[in-house]
Amino acid sequence: MAKKVALLQGNEACAQGALYAGCKFFGGYPITPSTEVAEVLSVELPKVGGKFIQMEDEIAAMASVIGASLTGAKAITATSGPGVSLKQELIGYACIAEVPCVIINVMRGGPSTGMPTGPGQSDVMQAMWGTHGDHAAIALVPDSCQEIFSETVRAFNLAEKYRMPVQVLYDEIVGHMRERIEFPEPGELEVIDREAPSVSPEDYKPYDSTKGQVPPLAAFGSDYKYHVTGLNKADDGFPTTKASLVDAEERRQIDKVMDNIADIESYEEYLTEDADVVIWAYGSTSRSARYAVNELRKEGIKAGLFRPITLWPFPAKRTAELAEQAKAIVVAEMNLGQMVLEVERVAKGNCVVVHEGRVDGDPLNPGQIMDKVKEVL
Amino acid sequence: MAYDYEKSIRPGKLPHIWCPGCGHGIVMKGLIRAMDTCELDRKNTAIVSGIGCASRLPGYLDACTLHTAHGRAAAFATGVKMAKPQMNVICVGGDGDGTAIGGNHFIHACRRNIDMTYVLMNNYIYGMTGGQFSPCTPTGDLASTTPYGNPDPIFDISKLAIGAGATFVARTTAAHPREIDKLIVKGIQHKGMAIIEVIDDCPTTYGRRNKFRSVIDMMKRLKTEAVSVKAAAKMTAEQLEGKFLTGVLFQDTEKPEYTVQYANVIKKAQGA
Repeated sequence: MAKKVALLQGNEACAQGALYAGCKFFGGYPITPSTEVAEVLSVELPKVGGKFIQMEDEIAAMASVIGASLTGAKAITATSGPGVSLKQELIGYACIAEVPCVIINVMRGGPSTGMPTGPGQSDVMQAMWGTHGDHAAIALVPDSCQEIFSETVRAFNLAEKYRMPVQVLYDEIVGHMRERIEFPEPGELEVIDREAPSVSPEDYKPYDSTKGQVPPLAAFGSDYKYHVTGLNKADDGFPTTKASLVDAEERRQIDKVMDNIADIESYEEYLTEDADVVIWAYGSTSRSARYAVNELRKEGIKAGLFRPITLWPFPAKRTAELAEQAKAIVVAEMNLGQMVLEVERVAKGNCVVVHEGRVDGDPLNPGQIMDKVKEVL
Repeated sequence: MAYDYEKSIRPGKLPHIWCPGCGHGIVMKGLIRAMDTCELDRKNTAIVSGIGCASRLPGYLDACTLHTAHGRAAAFATGVKMAKPQMNVICVGGDGDGTAIGGNHFIHACRRNIDMTYVLMNNYIYGMTGGQFSPCTPTGDLASTTPYGNPDPIFDISKLAIGAGATFVARTTAAHPREIDKLIVKGIQHKGMAIIEVIDDCPTTYGRRNKFRSVIDMMKRLKTEAVSVKAAAKMTAEQLEGKFLTGVLFQDTEKPEYTVQYANVIKKAQGA
């Protein structure tokens, strides 16, 4: 049977991906260029018995998502730079309290109000370091409408599996671009639900890691009563300042991601096998980069593309390998130098690393990337 | 026979963090009695708080307890209630938490008239951080950040709640322990947003700076300044100067409750 196809905007694909993943709650606040995610879910969620609420502000939206998730609902919010800045407080809360949730950031120019209708890729470091305190982060950076669908599903899977907030970042270009989407059949994409506790309510500890790095999360309103706090806590969920307990919990919350990079990592490579120069690009910029690779190859320049799909945790191993193989890595991104810092860090001087960026609201075009490649070779 | 509070308290979680003479413990006992009176199944009850002395209350109680970030209790609670409307949702917190940093969430939860009971302990001060002035510190009073007297006007929390659209608003004080649980019971039974403001005392960071020589002096003040709605009806404006009203200040049973409204949205969306 032919698959259901549609011409969808990136933001619409995101909403459809959320529904496919079994999302039952959206809490949000209107902000360009992400609003269509909210609009579609306001229509579709009640049809499946889900809940949509437009909250009074971005912080409240994030709070409602965490509250809903604690009742067992898969929950999502969608916003853009200024909204993500406001949400940082409670993204940190979701990290320490280990509450699964998905945050969509349709990236626009910045800082501050910046360029609401223009694209940007300048929130990528914020996705890792935006909230205070040590923590792990998972951030996914799809580059097409189809991939926004599938990466939104994967974001829910990773959030539920690792019991943490997962961010999906795509720039305004991909968010507002329309492309043909093939809807996966039910069961075609993996859908992961959070693990329910197997112990009795009396024995339940919400952060008991004796059976694994990710303790099962009980739902509020089930048979389990427990405490959730943003304070450093022991495995029973209650606040503690005991050094050994605080240290163990802090480290476990980071290790649960960093020990499972192989599971979380995702990237695409295009013509990198023999590449002298690797263009390292994500989101809409990777589409320009792919075009640039093809044109450069026509001119006899051995160019390739490395495209992270999981941006955080950073694809350090593969980037380091490429730095040993290639003469140069050109990091192309719509900012003035963010992920290039990570690429430089892991390249350890094994190849030249240069940055090509822009922040004027126009996309990075292939010609600009090609010029940089020629300059560096 | 002494009331059995222990069955509602989590084993090993006492002593609490509150100072001797603080009214929060009186409010907690009132809340326990109210939950018992309403026979709330604690498994199906979320008690949500923000940050501050009063917000540490949920940790002591055996229920689904959610100690959130500063000011955010009502917003988290809204998510819980929306996602699982069959749960009983109770918010607790202080005046700074609820009406300064959390003011926006507070008024919008009132506006939506979502079915929850918010017990707001107003002790006129930020206690946990050492006594800085809050939106409820009386003008002219001393706080650690108003060394020359507080220049700020105050919020009247109950009036704020009524103005914002809450459909049950009541006030009492920590010096009226029997009224606390009676009003919380009415709040829980009310279908919609119920605000119970409890004027509380903070001897440590408010009282000692403002010439209250003892906790008893603070309690006496609460008794002196509180006037029941019934008694106030027979008093002149002059006699009511410097007083505040206690009891059920407002109730509206007509305004639709939010999760009921959303259930209608679901029906419409599903073509029923």
